[in-house]
Amino acid sequence: MKMFMKGTEAIAEAAIRAGCRLYFGYPITPQSELTEYMAKRMPEVKGTFLQSESEVATVNMLYGAACTGKKVMTSTSSPGFSLMQEGISYMAGAELPAVFINVMRGGPGLGDIQPSQSDYFQSTKGGGHGDYHMIVLAPHTLQEAANMMNDAFDLAFKYRMLVTLLVDGMIGQMMEPVELPEWKPAEFEEPDWALTGANGRKPRKVTSFDLDPYALEKMNLRYQETYKKVAQNEVKYEEFKIEDAEIIVVAYGTMARIVKTVVDYARQDGIKVGLFRPITLWPFPYERLSEISKNIKNVLTVEMSYGQMLEDVKLAVCGKTNVHFYGRSAGVVPAPVEVFDAIKKIVR
Amino acid sequence: MAIDKIVAQMPKSLSKVEFSYCPGCHHGIVHRIIAEVIDELGIASKTIMVAPVGCSVFAYNFFDLDGTVAAHGRAPAVATGMKRALPDRVIFTYQGDGDLASIGTAEIVHAANRGENITTIFINNAVYGMTGGQMAPTTLIGQKTTTSPYGREAKANGYPIRMSEMLSTLEGSAYIERTMVTTPQNVIKTKAAIKKAFQVQLKGLGFSMIEVLSTCPTNWGMTPIEAMKWLENNMTKTFPLGVFVDRTKGLI
Repeated sequence: MKMFMKGTEAIAEAAIRAGCRLYFGYPITPQSELTEYMAKRMPEVKGTFLQSESEVATVNMLYGAACTGKKVMTSTSSPGFSLMQEGISYMAGAELPAVFINVMRGGPGLGDIQPSQSDYFQSTKGGGHGDYHMIVLAPHTLQEAANMMNDAFDLAFKYRMLVTLLVDGMIGQMMEPVELPEWKPAEFEEPDWALTGANGRKPRKVTSFDLDPYALEKMNLRYQETYKKVAQNEVKYEEFKIEDAEIIVVAYGTMARIVKTVVDYARQDGIKVGLFRPITLWPFPYERLSEISKNIKNVLTVEMSYGQMLEDVKLAVCGKTNVHFYGRSAGVVPAPVEVFDAIKKIVR
Repeated sequence: MAIDKIVAQMPKSLSKVEFSYCPGCHHGIVHRIIAEVIDELGIASKTIMVAPVGCSVFAYNFFDLDGTVAAHGRAPAVATGMKRALPDRVIFTYQGDGDLASIGTAEIVHAANRGENITTIFINNAVYGMTGGQMAPTTLIGQKTTTSPYGREAKANGYPIRMSEMLSTLEGSAYIERTMVTTPQNVIKTKAAIKKAFQVQLKGLGFSMIEVLSTCPTNWGMTPIEAMKWLENNMTKTFPLGVFVDRTKGLI
């Protein structure tokens, strides 16, 4: 049965159905409805909701709860995500699984509360200190976002990594019909690293540090090994009408959704446009994009930022094809006609 | 030769890892007290410790317990996450004054205010130890440190912050006491206080914190004996010993 839901609420309900029973959060627009939904819903499913005093506290509560080997999550928006970066770095170092929802708004600074995609660098390149990555998923519909929540927790536990669902304020705030995913058990086997009290076993330690550089290097090499595996196994993308395309547009999230409309427009006008939509922003689908862009002349990256994913697109294309860019940011969402004009300028 | 009677031995809750603390530092004494209390209460198998950033960053390894290290000042938030996930476990943080009274004030205040059912052991030695003796919010007026080389001046740096007094005004705080470990009698008193703090948590009464005034001979530039005397003569004037809040009457 489909439900007519707001993005933030669909994501929250999907997380609960994925077995998450621990949510920590702090109100921030445009995602406060997610926090509110959890406040109401968690007690109904015997889960825990806690409103923290700050995003700094939130991420550290997440750290503590994740240490116990349970499915934990938070949600925030850009400025709040910035505040969480310290804890994110610590959690990455401690190899703790957790799921973050970042409903992006215009920045930098206090910015505004309208949709944006300008936290791409922060999410995919590591906003905190140290050599770490988090898995970054970018859904472009509410249905896709809801379906992703279970994968997000599975990936987090499979690799002991942080997973961020990177959505913009549009996905967070819009309403559309959603088929909610099936229920997964909230109880599952305790991981062999979880801190639960050393009852009949040796004490366990979870930390992100070692003062001996060679020991710390060993830890780092272990992280890198994990990242390599993720890059090999977990890359996801969607190809939309690229078979005969003369120009490929690369876009993710809400922007990709807008581009789908543009692709159909352009084709009616005789321009064969295709869309390549990275679903995992980290790991980025470098290989596939490199492959499909080889035999075409132009690639256009469209973003609700001033060219952040653009750098990854350039890395993938590696100078073999012309890479163009169109983007608006600060909470301004490009209209299909603007993207169409950008395409026409390149092709004609 | 058979041992007839064991009069003293290492607490089970301490690990065999050698302490990394300087001679005359009080961390070692307080570690031992905590381990003894955990042994006596029989709670080692359900206790998780959260170590801070500072000299006691290694504390997670000095105890034979499940443990982690929080980011600087964030231990109360980490402990909150753990306690909310596992309410029947015993969670304690171990924090210094730079950690708890400076960078982590928001986390400790709100953990206490929520009546978070955790225990905090707060080591106050009026200085940043790990980084080499810089001024802390707890540094006494006139006290010389590497970042207050002419002595702390209230006009420029404010006043020594009294965390126990401050936190005792919050309704979520169930038990807060300030002690020191300069004499055997004071060690016994501190042990009783720490034991009570853990009992508060076991009974689910709310937030408990024991502040232990401690020496830092290395960074104070004193011998251990001089440091103890300095603590007794000077620190206790700014940080008086005592129980600041006790909401346990008739419950423990």
